[in-house]
Amino acid sequence: MTNPDLGTSPDEVQFRFRDDEPADHGTVTVDACCDQTNATAVRIEPGDDARTLLPFLDRLALIEVNFPAYGDGRGYSSARILREAGYAGELRAVGDVLIDQLSHMRRCGFDAFAPDQRLDEDDAARAFATWDNVYQRTVDGRKTIQETRHE
Amino acid sequence: MKILTGNDLKSGAVIWWDGENWSLHVDAAADVGIHGEEILAREEALRRVNVPYIIDGEATADGVRPAHIKDRVRALGPTVRPDLTIKPLNAQALDWII
Amino acid sequence: MYSYDQYDQQMVDARVAEFRDQAHRRLEGKLTEDQFKPLRLMNGLYLQLHAYMLRVAIPYGTLNSRQMTALGDIADKYDRGYGHFTTRQNLQYNWIKLEDAADILADLAKVEMHAIQTSGNCIRNISSDHFAGAAADELVDPRPYAELLRQWSSFHPEFTYLPRKFKIAVIAAEKDRAAMRLHDIGIQIIEKDGEQGGEIGARFYVGGGMGRTPMIAPMIRDFVPLDQLITYSEACLRVYNRYGRRDNKYKARIKILVHELGAEEYTRQVEQEFAHMLDQGVEPPREELERIKPFFDDPAFEDGAKHVDRSDPDFALWVDRNTHRHKHDSYVSAVISLKPVGGIPGDATGEQIRIMARLAKQYSFDELRIMHTQNVVLPHVKIEDLHALWTALDAADLGAPNMDSIEDMIACPGLDYCALANARSIPLAQRISEKFDASGKTEKLGELKLKISGCINACGHHHAGHIGILGVDRKGVENYQLSLGGSEAEDTSLAKITGPGFTEDGVIEAVEKVTDVYLDAREDGERFLDTYRRIGMAPFKEALYD
Repeated sequence: MTNPDLGTSPDEVQFRFRDDEPADHGTVTVDACCDQTNATAVRIEPGDDARTLLPFLDRLALIEVNFPAYGDGRGYSSARILREAGYAGELRAVGDVLIDQLSHMRRCGFDAFAPDQRLDEDDAARAFATWDNVYQRTVDGRKTIQETRHE
Repeated sequence: MKILTGNDLKSGAVIWWDGENWSLHVDAAADVGIHGEEILAREEALRRVNVPYIIDGEATADGVRPAHIKDRVRALGPTVRPDLTIKPLNAQALDWII
Repeated sequence: MYSYDQYDQQMVDARVAEFRDQAHRRLEGKLTEDQFKPLRLMNGLYLQLHAYMLRVAIPYGTLNSRQMTALGDIADKYDRGYGHFTTRQNLQYNWIKLEDAADILADLAKVEMHAIQTSGNCIRNISSDHFAGAAADELVDPRPYAELLRQWSSFHPEFTYLPRKFKIAVIAAEKDRAAMRLHDIGIQIIEKDGEQGGEIGARFYVGGGMGRTPMIAPMIRDFVPLDQLITYSEACLRVYNRYGRRDNKYKARIKILVHELGAEEYTRQVEQEFAHMLDQGVEPPREELERIKPFFDDPAFEDGAKHVDRSDPDFALWVDRNTHRHKHDSYVSAVISLKPVGGIPGDATGEQIRIMARLAKQYSFDELRIMHTQNVVLPHVKIEDLHALWTALDAADLGAPNMDSIEDMIACPGLDYCALANARSIPLAQRISEKFDASGKTEKLGELKLKISGCINACGHHHAGHIGILGVDRKGVENYQLSLGGSEAEDTSLAKITGPGFTEDGVIEAVEKVTDVYLDAREDGERFLDTYRRIGMAPFKEALYD
């Protein structure tokens, strides 16, 4: 059973880095997702263990990761864990998503953003483009500075 | 008395609400009575003050004296660098803090 | 020492531009203080009692004379003519304007410096042994490993909003000069016998710290191969980021997680995450470490005199006190004390900072180190140059011969500067050094580590002092608790509180009394700490409270 109050609609997605149609399904909680076999969209809260979802990744088209407060960084680990496990569907950051967190979220595998408060488009564009080069290997597949140095 | 203090957003300097504006001198601090919260909200929104708060103070013969030592240090400056306080030439000023 | 390539420089430049934009958005009202605060903190910008405070990172405490000169110039140009060296091997400016902050960061970037991650709930500046690359007793230079960690931890996308701040120290000697086991992660580079002879690797200690709940880090892995160093660190951090407590700021450090789970369970979770991460390719190519290492190669040491002329007793005393054995027998590491009698521990004027820079260029292969004890080291000084160096230092009020003595105390900025403090620390430090210097007792006491914190956050390392002092607020009045028996060296221990607190005058008197107990009870060669460990707390308590 989906909860109509849970989850964001495609209209609320302000930035999206995917070519497919935005998934428009009501999301369910992680517990509900494990119990019902037909759920295709799920919402992860900071205290949820993202690895609980690993058996169901094939049927999921949308995973929302909620940031009730921007300072709670658990969602960054959840995102990377899902991508490391091969999840290829939409990974949407929702909640208290602000300009200055965008570039790090992108690096952790988020490819859609539905902030509670719409963000300034110019500020956001600058934020996404902050780093020409990066030090860490993550799931975004970008070549690291150290790899470039030793090509 | 209730007085308002905070730091200037741009410079970080310690400032005190004098009833109309912000002053660098605690002696200028006005008693805001029960209106502290509304003044703070308005001034913070105008971005004239950073992290403002309301404290207890006392009007004495020597001027306004904040109740807590921390705010007296803020009002004057570091006790270990009298040359950098706002009353660098007044040797007695440090006694006021303790 | 390490120098930036175009990529390192680009990262720092990008951060300056990003911060300039953030500060601009704050000043024009697009960001609230709540939103801006973590961003400015990640650039080392605090709001303290009197102004903004900027903390500049000095990675693993190493810098060259050009960088040191720039620090002195910034003190004069943007601050009030001085800077404060901290227990994190950093430098703080106390009187900064928000409007100037981006310009200061730009000035720093010109000399390959920054204030990145010197605050905030992220991985902080990596600290290390201040005698690294010079000490006679080290296995290898720990700084290449610290540099590898510096790059990995800079702008780490997953670990920028951790439950709490995160501090890492790296050492490579049995003697611990970096308080390694009092860090969130302490790494000791070690050698073990392998099939092809000795193999270098990293021993991990996790979950140490000071603060309100001091803990000594347990060892969680005896040996991590060097080509898995970053991967293992990443696993340690991920477990913390996911499971560290976020419900209570005071229980959010990794030490609480490790303590609540137990070291064994925490280790099990790390090992599981580590096994997973080995397949994720997070380790930088091995060639990177090999690229970094030559930056830390020995300078061209030359043979020379092995002894100094001791005919000047003041000079001889300084040599005995403030020099450390070097791996080359014609050199020593010289400690420049920032603890003149009655001075403010760790403070140096812009001019003094530039003088130290010049002397480093002249006498120490262009290199300086910042010690966590708030002093400065010239790591490679020729023994035959020592007298000339000392003469120049003495003329600049930088020649105090007091390393590791009671006058070489650590003191946090305390209530004179810090928004968190409950009591002043600096006046205590000043009065104690004046008193012990005047009575001549400093000399008799020998090694005695006094550490003073102005609040429970313990920036003054009072838990790790042979004698520790903690300032508290008792109904609006400053009050000081005394503790004894701490150590941040390889014999790490946490100090125990003596009993009820004292007034400012009372605690100075109390320090005098406990040192008298020591002088009466000590046996041959014993330091204060050794005597305390042998005779226990009781005789000290008796002298203090009966």
